Amino acid sequence: MTAPFRIGLEKRLDPPPYVRWLVPILSILVALGFGAVVIGLAGADPIEAYLQILAGAFGSPAAWLDGEFYAVSETIVRTIPLILTGLAVAVAFRMRFWNIGAEGQLVVGGVFVAWVALFLPELLPGIPQTPWVYLPLMAVAAILGGALWALVPAVLKAALEVDEIITTIMLNFVAILTYQYLFTGPWKDPEGQGFPGSAPFPEFAWLPRIGGRVTLGLFLALAAAVVVWLVFDHTKLGYEIALTGENPEAARYAGVRRAGIILAVMLLSGGLAGLAGFTETAGISHRLQQGLAIGNGFTGIIVAWVAKLRPGWIVLVAFLLSALFVGGDQLQISMGLPASIGAFFQGMILLFVLGGDVFSRYRLRIARRAHVISAEG
Amino acid sequence: MELVTSVLAIAVFAGASLVYAAVGEIVTERAGVLNLGVEGMMIMGAVTAFAAAVASGNAMVGVVVGGVVGGIMALVHAFATITLRADQVVSGLALTLAGGGLASFLGQRLGPGGAPLVGMVGPRFHGVPIPWLSDLPVVGPALFDQDVLVYLLFLVVPAVWFFVARTRPGLALRAVGESPQTADAMGIGVYRVRYLATVFGGVLAGIAGAHLSLAYTPGWTEHLTGGRGWIAIALVIFATWDPRRAVLGALLFGGVNAIQFRLQAEGTTIPASLLNMMPYLLTIVVLVVITRFEALRHRLGAPAALGLAYDREERT
Repeated sequence: MTAPFRIGLEKRLDPPPYVRWLVPILSILVALGFGAVVIGLAGADPIEAYLQILAGAFGSPAAWLDGEFYAVSETIVRTIPLILTGLAVAVAFRMRFWNIGAEGQLVVGGVFVAWVALFLPELLPGIPQTPWVYLPLMAVAAILGGALWALVPAVLKAALEVDEIITTIMLNFVAILTYQYLFTGPWKDPEGQGFPGSAPFPEFAWLPRIGGRVTLGLFLALAAAVVVWLVFDHTKLGYEIALTGENPEAARYAGVRRAGIILAVMLLSGGLAGLAGFTETAGISHRLQQGLAIGNGFTGIIVAWVAKLRPGWIVLVAFLLSALFVGGDQLQISMGLPASIGAFFQGMILLFVLGGDVFSRYRLRIARRAHVISAEG
Repeated sequence: MELVTSVLAIAVFAGASLVYAAVGEIVTERAGVLNLGVEGMMIMGAVTAFAAAVASGNAMVGVVVGGVVGGIMALVHAFATITLRADQVVSGLALTLAGGGLASFLGQRLGPGGAPLVGMVGPRFHGVPIPWLSDLPVVGPALFDQDVLVYLLFLVVPAVWFFVARTRPGLALRAVGESPQTADAMGIGVYRVRYLATVFGGVLAGIAGAHLSLAYTPGWTEHLTGGRGWIAIALVIFATWDPRRAVLGALLFGGVNAIQFRLQAEGTTIPASLLNMMPYLLTIVVLVVITRFEALRHRLGAPAALGLAYDREERT
């Protein structure tokens, strides 16, 4: 006995434009609905939980009237590195270079920043010790660190065709272990009384704050988004990246040098991830310590993919996911639900967006078949 | 001599979960499906296995539950990538990220009466020394004074190897991973084989997690797997898709762990983090070597269609 209906997928030859944004939004809503079920099963009220997440991430109207924007400022704090890692991943994924190593590139960026802030003043006392000189130096160091770390898998891929998924993942571990070794070993603060971390950066190496714990890093991240958008949409490099990603054969015939594109893409990608290491160390921790490798590089993958690798959407999605993190923390305080619920939601959103994507590429086709067969028989 | 004996014993004990996860992923990848969700499946297996063991008072129930949960998670990946043709890389990562979050969440809820599992003591597997054999010099404690799940590997690894390399269904599995078009033309159900291989990989990853929470580090703590799922994926390449070599690789990774314990106990000057780095660097080196020699890579069995979705309507 076969089912009277056959459900099949039919390729959309010409997807209507609204599909592009409607499908991801519906996917996110379905994921949040699924999340509500999980919260319900965990014995809590889902509506109450979502209201708490909103309040935890954005504050309440009553608080806003009192000029209290702590919640939303914390959400922006977490948004900054996510924009940068999201952009980093998007640049690489656009040419289908699977850079899973943003986490490690971020960490190496942070290590380079820490070196400049901790040791350069003593090494080269001639450099004026002001933020105007030091902050740009540290930012450049971060870009260099991230780019160098990304260069390893890029060269291995360009020269030897070594699979980048594994190399970037392995280099994450190497980066994190190196960074932990540094702040617990040779760079450990001798006056830290056993506290595992480097000495604090001198104050001229602190990224200025513009409100709450939000730093100038916000503008840096937004500027980076504009730069990536310009590269994607208005440069030859951007065109070559997209072409190589969509059709490597066509790119080859169009004269795109594959090795060159891989190197360029990974320098840009690693540099952006490295910058996130700059905003986190120079802006938040002001030293090298535990807490730099908290998964922003991996969440960046979710950000980039949900945003369909578009810089403008990346800013929005980074803000949304950051709200889930910060709001999730709030759930722990107010309802006793584990803060990790935020990470779970994000994974679910990615899964649903990924699965939902089929509806922008294919159309569901439901065909009756039992009748057809019997009519013919 | 005593040092070698003890390092070897710890290496086997520490490497067991890696062997389970890597052998599972080998079968999955042989069918052409890359599942980067091993870490997520492992940690979900670990937390649910421990919860089930606590609830039932029986560690073996935990292993079954952990395996089933791993299989269900793999089914999600299979549905997304095989039926919906979503990207395999991103889907696997989503599984790892979602699994990690969900495991932490469940860990605070799945104890008796909704209590957190953290810090709870539950049933666990103990070493079962086999009389006579466990007294053998050097290899005795390593091979014959272990828990039941380690002994089970003595069956699982040869069985999987034999299945993949020497049986007809194993040939079908490899054909699907090598060239789904050709396999389809031969009358092999490409989708069915890929589903089965992916779920099998998930079940083994779940059992790998169960070995962690019920034997290796009994109990539940957040981030219990600590990146072992990623090491397992690296091991697949290290082993060049052969279950037998996965054992060697896992022993090496486990051995580094064991040596590090010893060195720390003796107050070494080599920092633990630098020693911990070696397996990751070694994996990159192995990857470079096997890629460098394309012929070698082919002979060693890298599935040609790994990571590619198969769409019957787009056969060319």
